[in-house]
Amino acid sequence: MKIRSIILFYLLSVVFLLSWPSLLYAQELSLLEEDESSTSDRVIATFKTNRIVNGHSIETVAKNEFDFKISHRFGVLNQGFYDLFGLDQATMRMGGDFGITDNLNIGIGRSTVEKTYDGFIKYKFLKQTQNTESVPISAVLISHIGINTLKWAQPERDNKFTSRLHYTHQLLVARKFSTNFSAQLSPTLVHKNLVESNEKPNDIFALGFGARHKITPRTTVNIEYFHVFPNQLDINAANALSVGFDIETGGHVFQLFFTNSTAPFEKGFITDTKGKWNDGNIRFGFNIARVFNF
Amino acid sequence: MKKTIIYSLLFTIATAFTTHSGGIYKTNTGNINFYSHTPVEDITADNHKVKTAFSAENGKIQFSCLIKDFEFKKALMQEHFNENYMESTTYPKATFDGTISSISTIDLGKDGTYTSPVVGKLTIKDVTKDVTTLGTFTVKNGLVNAKATFNLNPYDYNVSIPKMVAPKISDSIKISIDIDYTHQH
Repeated sequence: MKIRSIILFYLLSVVFLLSWPSLLYAQELSLLEEDESSTSDRVIATFKTNRIVNGHSIETVAKNEFDFKISHRFGVLNQGFYDLFGLDQATMRMGGDFGITDNLNIGIGRSTVEKTYDGFIKYKFLKQTQNTESVPISAVLISHIGINTLKWAQPERDNKFTSRLHYTHQLLVARKFSTNFSAQLSPTLVHKNLVESNEKPNDIFALGFGARHKITPRTTVNIEYFHVFPNQLDINAANALSVGFDIETGGHVFQLFFTNSTAPFEKGFITDTKGKWNDGNIRFGFNIARVFNF
Repeated sequence: MKKTIIYSLLFTIATAFTTHSGGIYKTNTGNINFYSHTPVEDITADNHKVKTAFSAENGKIQFSCLIKDFEFKKALMQEHFNENYMESTTYPKATFDGTISSISTIDLGKDGTYTSPVVGKLTIKDVTKDVTTLGTFTVKNGLVNAKATFNLNPYDYNVSIPKMVAPKISDSIKISIDIDYTHQH
């Protein structure tokens, strides 16, 4: 009797062990969808392209991709119909951004304003994630150099090449708050090697603000403002304010905007903007971006 | 004697369960490829993180994959796929829930190649449609490879395509499935 019980006990144990997977079976198939949060969920497309309007956004071009950019700013609107609201004049920049890696970009460009050549190096060191224990922001460091190649105003002076140079360093911090809304803060330092007089500072501090709101999957409204902290610039200087649209058509992004700035490079639009919005001293402009793969 | 009866009863119950233990075949690293061919442009992407399982005894089969796990050669295309076409933050997953119709003809204990219709419901962007295809099951050393292809029309699944881009995107996108299942114990 005792032996039979023991044998039965073992038999039953074995049977139960064998049947274990099938007992779980009912949950097994629905278990498929359980551990999805484990995949790290990087936020993509905080902005449509790597510029908000004038300034850089936290977006970078991917490795081995070249983003060719043509930027135009026309003349001021308030000159009326004679100039066709500014379309008779234009300043432009041609250039491009290249992805060394997905996070490290370099770029060059040439603008008609002050015949400026510019270059930059841009590194994304933080990427926003969507997980619960997530990184709440994306962040980028970017350093620009600009070379003014106009003929010297006073050729008889001892002019040094370094006097042509100006630098801009920025920290870009952005967050995609929802599918439609993203915002960015850009603390900025502009350094000019040469200034007009002793009283003028070589270093100028500014804080940029940018935001975008999606109105259709392929169109966004953008706003960008650079606040230069007081007592650094001339009395007639203005802060650059730009409002525009991004229209994305697959390989291209068209950015159409109104701005009170002229120059399409950082030192120019942050420290040399003179136009006032309330005087109608604003310009229509556009950027066309086209990405090529290598 | 009483004990014996109880044990026998338990035994019977237990055996009732075990008769169904054909087992589950499963993986988290299945492959799905899609291929859109038009005269203007060919577009293709792969997802290597497909979760899927099937039951050897009743032929139930399920798939689940994250839209954002589809990898494209061009980063920008991948962004547009997620942002504009699939809206993957709103509709993160695609799922399939179906049956291997002739599971009984597939001998998972014996190496060989078997075919069976697979019928079920495919859900993309919250739109569910019936899908039928022919699955090829290759059994080798206890592992099961399953392959199938079928075509779908993106317009059926609430994917909006602007007129300007429409010539670049096929209305019959080929879906290829290639899964290596392992037996779960």
